[in-house]
Amino acid sequence: MKFAVLVNEGPYTHQASDSAYRFAQAALDEGHEVTRVFFYHDGVNNGTRLTTPPQDDRHIANRWSELGKEHGVDLVVCVAAAQRRGIVDEDEQRRNGKDGNNIADGFRISGLGQLIEAGIQSDRLISFGD
Amino acid sequence: MLHTVNKSPFEKNSLHSCLRLSKPGANILLLEDGVYGALKGSDISEDIEASLADRGVYVLGPDLKARGIHDDRLIDGVQVVDYAGFVKLAVDAPRVQSWL
Repeated sequence: MKFAVLVNEGPYTHQASDSAYRFAQAALDEGHEVTRVFFYHDGVNNGTRLTTPPQDDRHIANRWSELGKEHGVDLVVCVAAAQRRGIVDEDEQRRNGKDGNNIADGFRISGLGQLIEAGIQSDRLISFGD
Repeated sequence: MLHTVNKSPFEKNSLHSCLRLSKPGANILLLEDGVYGALKGSDISEDIEASLADRGVYVLGPDLKARGIHDDRLIDGVQVVDYAGFVKLAVDAPRVQSWL
């Protein structure tokens, strides 16, 4: 079965990012496919590579990157939510004249259409957030 | 239909809304702080007990454990699942409604 996941909450906030990750991992372990994780609202903050949590804590951004890499999960950050919160890739850096970018490995910035598409093309869409 | 509720019923009214609007035959999964809704003897436990007559109520085990809640404090009939069980509930239902 194809799953799509929506994450509306930032990392280290309550528990949504952790729940979404553990759900995605469990779905993959059960032999299902996770086609896309869409990061919306404060959820876009999961997609920065500049976080440095304490060594004995989970590294939420890296954990998503690794999941994307190992299982071919498309990690998509909403562009409008990202612009508001300073999540920037090379294209956005150029387009908005910023002095750097911070998008994490395996993440890409795109539009809300990607969420709609994920909902249409997957068997289930599961939302996590506040 | 699978309904998921992730906030305590003593913090938000999402579980109340879910119990009011879910249909017979639906399953309800309590996760994160939503697991507090599965406790015996609270203001909402009678509503949960009533919904158990025609709905399934599940609670995510790892989130119970993280909050120090032992199974014997849960309303009778509420079933504990792990993340694999969560996935199975999502597979078995035609769609999932998250009460965020």
